[in-house]
Amino acid sequence: MTTTDKNYSMGKSMKRKEDPRFLTGQGNYVDDLVIPGMLSMAIVHSPYPHARIKGIDKTAALAVPGVKAVITGEDLVAASLGWLPTFHGFDKQMVLAVGKVLFQHQEVAAVFAETREAAMDAAELVDVDYEPLDPVSTPFESMKDETILRDDRENKTNHIFHWESGHQDETEAALAASEVIINEKVYSPRCHPSPLEPCGCVAQFDSMGRLHFHVTSQAPHVHRTAISIVTGIPEDKIHVISPDIGGGFGNKVPVYPGYVCAIVGALILKTPVKWIETRTENLTTTGFARDYHMDVTIGARADGTVTALKVKTVADHGAFDAAADPTQYPAGMFGVVTGSYDFPVAFTELDAYFTNKAPGGVAYRCSFRVTEASYAIERGMDLLAGELKMDPAELRKKNFVQKDEFPYKSALGFTYDSGDYEGTLDHAMKLIGYDDLRKEQAEKRSRGELMGIGLSTFTEVVGAGPSKHFDILGIKMFDSAEIRIHPTGSGIIRTGTKSQGQGHETTWAQIVAEELGLDPQNLLVEEGDTDTAPYGLGTYASRSTPVAGAALALAARRIREKARVFAAHLLEASVDDVEWVDHKFSIMGAPDKSVTMKEVAFAAYTNPGEGNEPGLEASLYYDPPNMTFPHGTYIAVVDVDAETGEVKVRRFLAVDDCGTVINPMIVEGQVHGGLTEGYAIAFMQEIPYDAQGNNMAPNLMEYLIPTAVESPIWETGSTVTPSPHHPIGAKGVGESPNVGSPAAFVNAVMDALSPLGVKHIDMPLTREKVWLAVQNAKAVAGD
Amino acid sequence: MTTAERETETTEVDPTRRVTLKINGKAYKQDVEPRKLLAYAIRDTGLKGTHVGCDSSACGCCVVVLDGDTPVKSCTMFAVQAEGREITTVEGLGQTGALHPLQQAFWDQHGLQCGYCTPGMLMTSYAMLQHHSDPTDQEVREFLGGNLCRCTGYNNIVKAVQQAAQVLRDDKVNQLANAATGGNA
Repeated sequence: MTTTDKNYSMGKSMKRKEDPRFLTGQGNYVDDLVIPGMLSMAIVHSPYPHARIKGIDKTAALAVPGVKAVITGEDLVAASLGWLPTFHGFDKQMVLAVGKVLFQHQEVAAVFAETREAAMDAAELVDVDYEPLDPVSTPFESMKDETILRDDRENKTNHIFHWESGHQDETEAALAASEVIINEKVYSPRCHPSPLEPCGCVAQFDSMGRLHFHVTSQAPHVHRTAISIVTGIPEDKIHVISPDIGGGFGNKVPVYPGYVCAIVGALILKTPVKWIETRTENLTTTGFARDYHMDVTIGARADGTVTALKVKTVADHGAFDAAADPTQYPAGMFGVVTGSYDFPVAFTELDAYFTNKAPGGVAYRCSFRVTEASYAIERGMDLLAGELKMDPAELRKKNFVQKDEFPYKSALGFTYDSGDYEGTLDHAMKLIGYDDLRKEQAEKRSRGELMGIGLSTFTEVVGAGPSKHFDILGIKMFDSAEIRIHPTGSGIIRTGTKSQGQGHETTWAQIVAEELGLDPQNLLVEEGDTDTAPYGLGTYASRSTPVAGAALALAARRIREKARVFAAHLLEASVDDVEWVDHKFSIMGAPDKSVTMKEVAFAAYTNPGEGNEPGLEASLYYDPPNMTFPHGTYIAVVDVDAETGEVKVRRFLAVDDCGTVINPMIVEGQVHGGLTEGYAIAFMQEIPYDAQGNNMAPNLMEYLIPTAVESPIWETGSTVTPSPHHPIGAKGVGESPNVGSPAAFVNAVMDALSPLGVKHIDMPLTREKVWLAVQNAKAVAGD
Repeated sequence: MTTAERETETTEVDPTRRVTLKINGKAYKQDVEPRKLLAYAIRDTGLKGTHVGCDSSACGCCVVVLDGDTPVKSCTMFAVQAEGREITTVEGLGQTGALHPLQQAFWDQHGLQCGYCTPGMLMTSYAMLQHHSDPTDQEVREFLGGNLCRCTGYNNIVKAVQQAAQVLRDDKVNQLANAATGGNA
């Protein structure tokens, strides 16, 4: 295989341009930066989930050789740096605990020393006098308001907000009139994105007083603005650099207390400061995900036609309301909970509560609470199919939004751009041999074996987002592109997004190459440096291709328009007579008279023609008119061992429809990765807290991430339904597999256990839980 | 423990020791505390391809190869224990333009995304191929059981290792043929 083919562009599996760097150990991650004289920072964490701080003695820590300073919350408050704004702006978060700690591992003090070892030694010696208080470890305890956790707030209640969408009365009426009703409480457990590179930063002030801040950031421009707001440093004096990032999955979107402390340390000690999280810090203090308790009710007619949907949710937001959600949707895009189905009426409501747990619910490989919504509706549809004794595929087909109904406005107000749900389901059923699998299952059941087939026909909503609906800290969620074509036909592309492994250096080059007829190998992509990149909202929630990808295509088209002028000059024709055909400019009606973009680029700098502005550059900001709605059908086939509770995933097929595909290899890779994370959520990955508020999975020995041994082998397929409002029809795909797959896994296991009468088990479906469910079912049946 | 006792304990830390780390055929002298982990000592030489991901020997981002064929999580070993051993890191495999067949295969098969776990994946695979030139997919998966990946899943990683194994086997056959025929095969 060679990479010399110039015809690599849209739709081609071009090998990634960035890979040689990573393959040879030449990646440039934050922890790789070493500056002479740089200090190391370590953070002191609370062992208690809830405790009053009676005093902090720094003496012993300061006596450790090499230690330069210790800062506490009181010190920060004195400098007006004690509190951080959270995403919503409705709440604020302590940088270092002041007065009391509100969750286990909360940041209490920061130590600066010449070496990492000295900083960590000294952190152990910071003597904090705690008076333990009773912890509140569930939102159900919290809602009693017996212990008010946040006495810094005006409202003396643990209730954070109530949000609702849809029509309550109409939904209740429709449910009352329904011939069949299912109701189930399903829990989407608290989990953590846990990218393999922990979060970290290096803060350095130069001799001009300018802050150069290297940080593991999915959104460097937003971080620059947030740092300016928090510290008061003017934004032009802040240079944020997000170098190679070792995975993000939502975890690297927020601004964390450690970042603020490192900047403060660099400022007061006048020397660079590095802070790299330990894995325990990453798992216990930075952006967790989910923790939604959902009560799902679906009404239907006896023939399976759905009539109404009601979902009531209790959300555990932890100690501060730092959940990443666009402000117009306080529960993110949970409103897509009607999924792929044409519910005539629906109502959803959510109440969020403070608890003594880590704050910061992030969109973990999903777009703002869509994973929870998708899980709720896909479990609900299977429960309904079970109640009606209908095949879950048949039930879904009966209720899909039809492909000629797009744009489709859902009962909860979202306008879906395009889709072909039935086509995708049919394709998946054919690829996996659905009918044969059902026959095999019937045979196995007759022998008492537990085989399950689970479907998920999900609809995602990505591409955050249109500025009328989306912002972070008030900043609207557009994105941007800047393209500069050099005289020799190579170029540089910059966007406001930031790859954390998604392959932007390749796909962005492919989009521009396609639009301009240039060689993608000679289009350099640069992201993550706020001094050079145009302002953008970063990479998360599958927003890069729907938003920045659109900006790139449109910026390239702007360049093409300008290039047409030079082409006309070279062809000695009028601009109106020059057309763009087969990646070249030609004179209309005389296709043999043509010039390439490479020739035109040279002319733009050497021979632009009299009166024409030289140069070939464009920058563009793109505010999308709507979100994009990729969809898919996933099918899991499992065998359950009733004796041990072991679930073997025999097959898993994912058929995704993410609109136009730019690089099939990269899309498939993202699907594989997302499915592996979806598998983790379904079967192993959870951050549980005990009744005393202790985090029970503070490292990767307890927080289980699947290895190559247990990960299933993924089968993939695709259908293509372009987005009508995206310039190249692309919808985004990175989050879909993590959104769509947990329900498919759980549905498959529940299908396997259905002969025993088991209806639902909450994730993660560990062997113990499955075994217990089987034993309980057998006991009930009197076996 | 009183503060005074803690201070005493801190000031009684063993003095540093000089170690010589032989990495990718080159000797690096370094003064280290005996508790210093090999992963950090390697990174302090300026070879940054060896990554630290978990602090608990769970993720495998820090795997290096000792004495040519033994994969070791370098966060599980002290630098002083590596004295006299041959250490191979990802930088010793191959460079851009002259990639090792494993690096080439990971590129060809899209066996990486963010690249953070990749050096560990490559080094574990490299060590495995010294022992098993023709592994089954299941054997590859089990050998990589101590290396976590969050972006890519494992399908393509297994494919990449198999591609490299095939290339290396072919190379061996070609070398044998060349040796037997004096290069005239």
